[in-house]
Amino acid sequence: MKKERKTREPLVHITKRATIPLWKAILVRVVAILIALVISAVVVVVFTHKNPVEVLRAMFNGNFGSARKVLFLLQRTAMLLCISLAVTPAFRMKFWNIGAEGQVLMGALAAAACMFYFGKTKMPNWLLLILMFAASLIFGMLWAIIPAIFKAAWNTNETLFTLMMNYVAMQIIQICVSIWAPNGSGVMGHINPTTYKGWLPDVFGQKYLINIIFVTILTGILFVYLTFSKHGYEISVVGESENTARYIGINVKKVILRTMAVSGLICGFAGFLLVAGENHTITKDLAGGMGFTAIMVSWLAKFNPLIMMGVSFLLSFLHLGGVQVAQDCRLNESIPEIITGIILFFIIGCEFFTRYKLNFRSAGKEEAK
Amino acid sequence: MDNVAIELRGICKTFGSIKANNNVNLILYKGEILSLLGENGSGKTTLMNMISGIYYPDEGHIFIDGKEVVISSPKDAYKYKIGMIHQHFKLVDVFTAAENIVLGLEEQGRFDIKAAARKVKELCDRYGFVLDPNKKIYEMSVSEKQTVEIVKVLYRGADILVLDEPTAVLTPQETRKLFDVLRKMKEDNKAIIIITHKLHEVLAVSDRVTVLRKGETIGSVATSEATVSMLTEMMVGAKVELNIDRTEPVNPVPRLIVEDISCVNRENVRVLNDISFVANSGEILGIAGIAGSGQRELLESIAGLQHLTEGNITYIDPENGEKKNLRDMTPVQIRDLGVRLSFVPEDRLGMGLVGNMDISDNMMLRSYTKGRGVFLHKKEPATLAERIVKQLEVVTPGIDTPVRRLSGGNVQKVLVGREISSAPTVLMAAYPVRGLDINSSYLIYNLLNEQKQNGTAVIFVGEDLDVLIDLCDRIIVIGGGQITGEVDARNTTKEEIGYLMTKSNGGEQ
Repeated sequence: MKKERKTREPLVHITKRATIPLWKAILVRVVAILIALVISAVVVVVFTHKNPVEVLRAMFNGNFGSARKVLFLLQRTAMLLCISLAVTPAFRMKFWNIGAEGQVLMGALAAAACMFYFGKTKMPNWLLLILMFAASLIFGMLWAIIPAIFKAAWNTNETLFTLMMNYVAMQIIQICVSIWAPNGSGVMGHINPTTYKGWLPDVFGQKYLINIIFVTILTGILFVYLTFSKHGYEISVVGESENTARYIGINVKKVILRTMAVSGLICGFAGFLLVAGENHTITKDLAGGMGFTAIMVSWLAKFNPLIMMGVSFLLSFLHLGGVQVAQDCRLNESIPEIITGIILFFIIGCEFFTRYKLNFRSAGKEEAK
Repeated sequence: MDNVAIELRGICKTFGSIKANNNVNLILYKGEILSLLGENGSGKTTLMNMISGIYYPDEGHIFIDGKEVVISSPKDAYKYKIGMIHQHFKLVDVFTAAENIVLGLEEQGRFDIKAAARKVKELCDRYGFVLDPNKKIYEMSVSEKQTVEIVKVLYRGADILVLDEPTAVLTPQETRKLFDVLRKMKEDNKAIIIITHKLHEVLAVSDRVTVLRKGETIGSVATSEATVSMLTEMMVGAKVELNIDRTEPVNPVPRLIVEDISCVNRENVRVLNDISFVANSGEILGIAGIAGSGQRELLESIAGLQHLTEGNITYIDPENGEKKNLRDMTPVQIRDLGVRLSFVPEDRLGMGLVGNMDISDNMMLRSYTKGRGVFLHKKEPATLAERIVKQLEVVTPGIDTPVRRLSGGNVQKVLVGREISSAPTVLMAAYPVRGLDINSSYLIYNLLNEQKQNGTAVIFVGEDLDVLIDLCDRIIVIGGGQITGEVDARNTTKEEIGYLMTKSNGGEQ
C-alpha cells in the first residue's frame, strides 16, 4: 500500500440499469414491504408500547374479519379504481387532471338531483336510473371539459384550473344541500329511504356487488381503449410529443378535448355509483379525497389499468385496516396513517432500485493497492 | 515523464448492459493537440465526461502530472485545471460575456467585475480571440458563444482543455479562426483534446490522433503519418468506400415551386423572408446555411406545419401535371390531396418518432388512421417494421424495442425507412446524417440517391459542406431567413458557399 495516495474512490456510486429480471423486480418490492413492516413495528412499539403483531392483526381483521368487511374492502377498491381509471387517459396525454374530486362530485350531484326531484313522481325506477346515469356522465364531463377548452384555446395551466374546479364543485353541493335538506338541517340523509327510488338493486342479495361488477367491466373496456384503439394511440402520441402529433397531422386540440371528455365521463360515472350504489345521499365529502388518492394510484400503476386494480386494492386495504387499528387498539388515528405513509414511502422508494444499481467500493480492490 | 499532462489507464464505464468504455488508455502531453477520433457511440464523450468529473469511471486510473487522482465532480476537474467545452453551450443568455465567465467562481470579498473584464481582455489578446466582454450572450453568434466558453475555462486557469465537436456549428472560416487560436494555446504549453469525426480537420489541426472503436482504444498515430483512409479504417474496423455516386439528374421537371414565402415565429421575428426556389424531380436540391438560419421553418412550411404570412407553395402532380396549392394546408389535407410528401425532420425523437414507442408502433404514425373501425391494425406496420429492420440492417433486439433505446444511426434508419416506404414524390430531409457513423451516413446518402433516381424531388438540408458538394445537384444557401445565393454543386467550392452563408446575416453578426 502506497502512503501518498490521499484521494480515495467514493464509497458508492450509482449506475443506471438497462433491464432488470422479473424475479429481481419482485424481490426488490417484497423486501421493501418487509422493511416497511419492520419499521412500522418499531414505530408502533416506540410510540404506543403496544404489541406490533396485535396491530398488524387488527389491520387484517379490518379487511378480512367478516364477509361484510371483505365486500366493503372490494367496494372501496372498486370506487378508487374507477376514479383512477378516469384520470388515466388524461395522464397518458400528460394532461394533469387533478380535478377528479370535483368531477366525481358533479356527477354525484346530478344523480342526487334526479333522485330528489323525480323520486316522488311516478317515473319507473329503471328510467330514473338511466336518467341519473346520463345526467351524472354529462355533468362529470362538463366539469372536465371546461379546463380542457381553456387549455386548448389559450394554453392555460390545467393543473391549477382543474384543482380550483374542485372547490367550486364542493360549494355548489353545499348550496344544493342547504336547499334540499329537510328543515334547514344542512344534512341530507338518505334520499328516498322508503321507496328506494334511484337506488341500484342488490345483486345476489349483496349490496355494493353491482358497483364492483360495473367497475370490473369498465377496467377491461378502458384497457382495450387505451391499448388497441386509434384514440388510445393518439393519446399516447400527444402525451409523448406534441410536435410529433403535429408532424403526422393529429389535431392536438381535438384530442385534448376528447380525452378530457372521456376522463370526465368516467368521473361522472363514479359519482353515479357513489350515489346510486353506495351512499344514496349527497355531501361535499362524498368522494372523501379519493379524487386525489386516484392520482397516486394511476401514477403508481404507471397508467396501466390492470396494475391499477392491485394498487387500489393495496391502498384501500391500508386505509380500512388503519381505521380498524385505531378502533381495536384504541390508538390515536394518526398511528395507522403513519404506517400507511411508511409503507407507501418504501413502495415508491424501491422504484429507485429497480432503475439504478449501487456500486460499492469493493474491499478487495482496496487491499490490492 | 514530466511532459505528460494527463494519462488514463484501463478506464471502464458501463451503462446498463452497454460497455461505453472498455479498458481505454490515453496519454496527453503538454503543448500538444490530440484528436480523439471515433464513430458515434465509440465512447469519446463518455471518456471526456470522466475527465471532467461528470461521470465516475467503474474501473481504471487517472494520472495528472504523474500522480493518481480521483475526479468525482466537476469541482475536482477544476482543481486539476481541466476545462471542458461542451457541444451544447452552458451560458446564461441575459448575462454579458464577462458575467458568464466569472459565474460560479467562489472568491472572497466584493466582486470586481471590471477587473474580471480586464483579465478577460488580457486572455483574448494573448490567444487572439475576438470578444467583447460586455456583450450579452443573446446578441452573440454561435461562434462568439463558443469563444465565451473557451475563455471561461481559460479564466479558471485550465491547462487541459477538452473540446467536444467544436466545429459542428461553425462555418469553414470560423473553423479556421478557431484552429489558429488552438495553435496559439498549444504554443503556450496547454494540452488540448479535440473530439471530432471530421477527418480533414483532424489532419489540419492535431499533432496526434487517438482512435476509439466500440469503447476500446484502437491506437494512436502521429498526424504527420496518418491518412484519411487509414484513419477511417481504424475507426470503422474495415475498409470503407468513401465515394458518393452522383448520377446526372433524371429527367428533371419542376415538382415543387416555392414563391416568395415569409413567416414569423412566436416572438414575431421574421424567420423566413421572401424565399423562392424550385425543386425538380429526379434531382437533389441542397440547402446550406448556418444552423438556425431558417432551414427548419422552411421545411416545416412545406410540410404544412408553419403558418405563412406571404407567398405560395405549389405542387405539380407528376401524373397529370395538375397544380396544387399547398399553402395553409395541414399535413392531413396535404396527404388527402394525394401529395406524397415525406419529411425527415431534424428532431428525430422529438418530432419524427416517438421515443418510448417500439419500432412497429412508430411505423404506424403515418398510417394508423388507415383501415376501418376504431381499432388499430397492427399487422401491416409490423410487417413494414420487419422489412425495414432487415433491409436497412437496423441493429435492434426486435421490432418491439422502444426506438429511444436504439443508437442514433439506427433511429435514423427507422425514420428514413418509414418516410421512403410510402414512395414519396417529394422527400425532405433535415440533417439526416447528423451524429451518424460513417457507414450509416453513406447508407443514408445512397438511399437519397436511390430516391433521386426514382424521380423523387429530394430536398436535403445539410451542414457538412463537403457532403453537400458531393451529393447534391444544386445548392441554395440561406442566411438569416433569406436566400443568399444558388450554386451548381458540380462547380463550386466550400469557400464560395461559406461566403454566401455569412453574407446577409448583417444585423446579427
